[in-house]
Amino acid sequence: MNKLPYERPFIQKLNLGVMNKFGSKTELEPCTHIDGVPVKKLIEEYGSPCFVISEQKIRNNYKNAVRAFKTRYPKIQFAWSYKTNYLDAVCNIFHQEGSWAEVVSIFEYQKAIHNGVPGDKIIFNGPDKSKEDLAIAISNNSLIHIDHFDELYDLVELVQGRSLKVRVAIRVNMDTGVRPIWDRFGFNYENGQAWNAVTKIMSHPELDLVGLHAHIGTYMLVSSAYAVAANKLCDLMQQVQNRWNQDIQYLDFGGGFASTNTLKGAYLQASDVIPSIDEYAEAITATVLNFGFKQDKLPTIFLETGRALIDDAAYLLGTVVATKRLSDERRATVMDFGVNILFTSFWYDHQISPAQHFSRHSENMTLYGPLCMNIDVVRENVMLPLLNKGDQVVVHKVGAYNMTQWMQFIQMRPKVILIDMNGRHHVIREHESLETMLRYEHVPAHLKTISL
Amino acid sequence: MHINSNVAISDSGFIFNPLTGDSFTTNPIGLQIIEMLKNGLSQQKIITEITTKYLVESSTVEKDLRDYLSMLNSYQLGEYVN
Ligand SMILES: Cc1ncc(COP(=O)(O)O)c(C=O)c1O
Repeated sequence: MNKLPYERPFIQKLNLGVMNKFGSKTELEPCTHIDGVPVKKLIEEYGSPCFVISEQKIRNNYKNAVRAFKTRYPKIQFAWSYKTNYLDAVCNIFHQEGSWAEVVSIFEYQKAIHNGVPGDKIIFNGPDKSKEDLAIAISNNSLIHIDHFDELYDLVELVQGRSLKVRVAIRVNMDTGVRPIWDRFGFNYENGQAWNAVTKIMSHPELDLVGLHAHIGTYMLVSSAYAVAANKLCDLMQQVQNRWNQDIQYLDFGGGFASTNTLKGAYLQASDVIPSIDEYAEAITATVLNFGFKQDKLPTIFLETGRALIDDAAYLLGTVVATKRLSDERRATVMDFGVNILFTSFWYDHQISPAQHFSRHSENMTLYGPLCMNIDVVRENVMLPLLNKGDQVVVHKVGAYNMTQWMQFIQMRPKVILIDMNGRHHVIREHESLETMLRYEHVPAHLKTISL
Repeated sequence: MHINSNVAISDSGFIFNPLTGDSFTTNPIGLQIIEMLKNGLSQQKIITEITTKYLVESSTVEKDLRDYLSMLNSYQLGEYVN
């Protein structure tokens, strides 16, 4: 006799009247393939957990963003925000598509140089640039975005009296109507700090003020904030023109476009509430176009879009380690990945799909990671099919900030796989091992031996 | 485990507990377990029945049955005996 497929026994209390009218079915669709490659095969070959990135998706996202801006404005330049995901393979996809590099530390700067980005196509942002860092950027003719007066004075010391024309911009912070105001980086627009910085720069002929930069926040839910920012940068640009007859060549609007991940605790799914890339593009380009600059004086618009270009291009594959009951009868599922490699589960309710077909039953559960730490919660509440030890899942939209902010804590970091345009897969970052860790440690002679 | 006698159970897996007013739904295998409990089968016997019929290890059934019985108990649908 052929045996029947087994499903574990399951009982659920019916809570009449509290059904979510938006339904919660989506997470129950199995995700068995990524770009045509079976999830099972990927886990078999590369282990669990592992990150999987779709080259196709990155290129499509990038092309779509470029289209949204270029169909509205003649001079557009994207610069890939390294901190979002600085795996070389990922950066080079963006660079192949024409993106420059945007970096916020000398480490990221060196990575961009290593990837072959010409120095004059690197935007150097960030609050921590040493004099040595600045000297390197000067010698490479990079675009230096000054964050504070201490940096500006360091720069002045470096260039004073030399026959140089160092290309600089200032980062401007401002009130765009969105709270909280990001006033921690750059010079404030409203209180005149930005103008003072401009004045100081203009008094040094060795410095060439070529741009103005504003990164107004991240995951911006209203596109109109960019219109406010654009208006203020245009106004500053106009004042510089009036006062010194200096043409600002570009306005850089930083990053901040929302990805389709749903923020923790949000009532509505992100895809129903976030502005589209076209709406952001419209807010920025319409404001700059309508400001009144002469056609030949229009600034180039720079964009440092991060999460919106990469989040949905990456997946985290993982496996159920155990299922248990909490003291209040809630189901708990322990996964082999946690906040150690999925840092963004602190911000997002990541969508999670089973990687195999399931019966129609589902249950509410808390998803924990493998760390022996209370903070290690991947989802506090998620409806998933009856998962068993060994079952595989796919976490969606994990491309931004995870593969840079992940931590080696209790567990090692796993492999990262790229699926190329032809469906071939490549390891683009190896998993860590005990050896990786020991390479950086030194044990003094008197501590080399122990006897227990 | 002993299933409380006034609990109403339909063939489709719908369960009503008149004592608490709560309703529940269970899957076909859960329904079979409740039937076997009503017929007085021991846990060991239930595990044997399930592993003969379904493609599953007895250790898995043992874990799942333990969990299922604890839920029946906490929902006041059944009581542990001795
Ligand atoms: C200066 C700068 N540019 C670009 C970005 C990328 O932002 P996002 O991922 O929100 O697009 C950041 C991120 O914080 C940033 O600080």
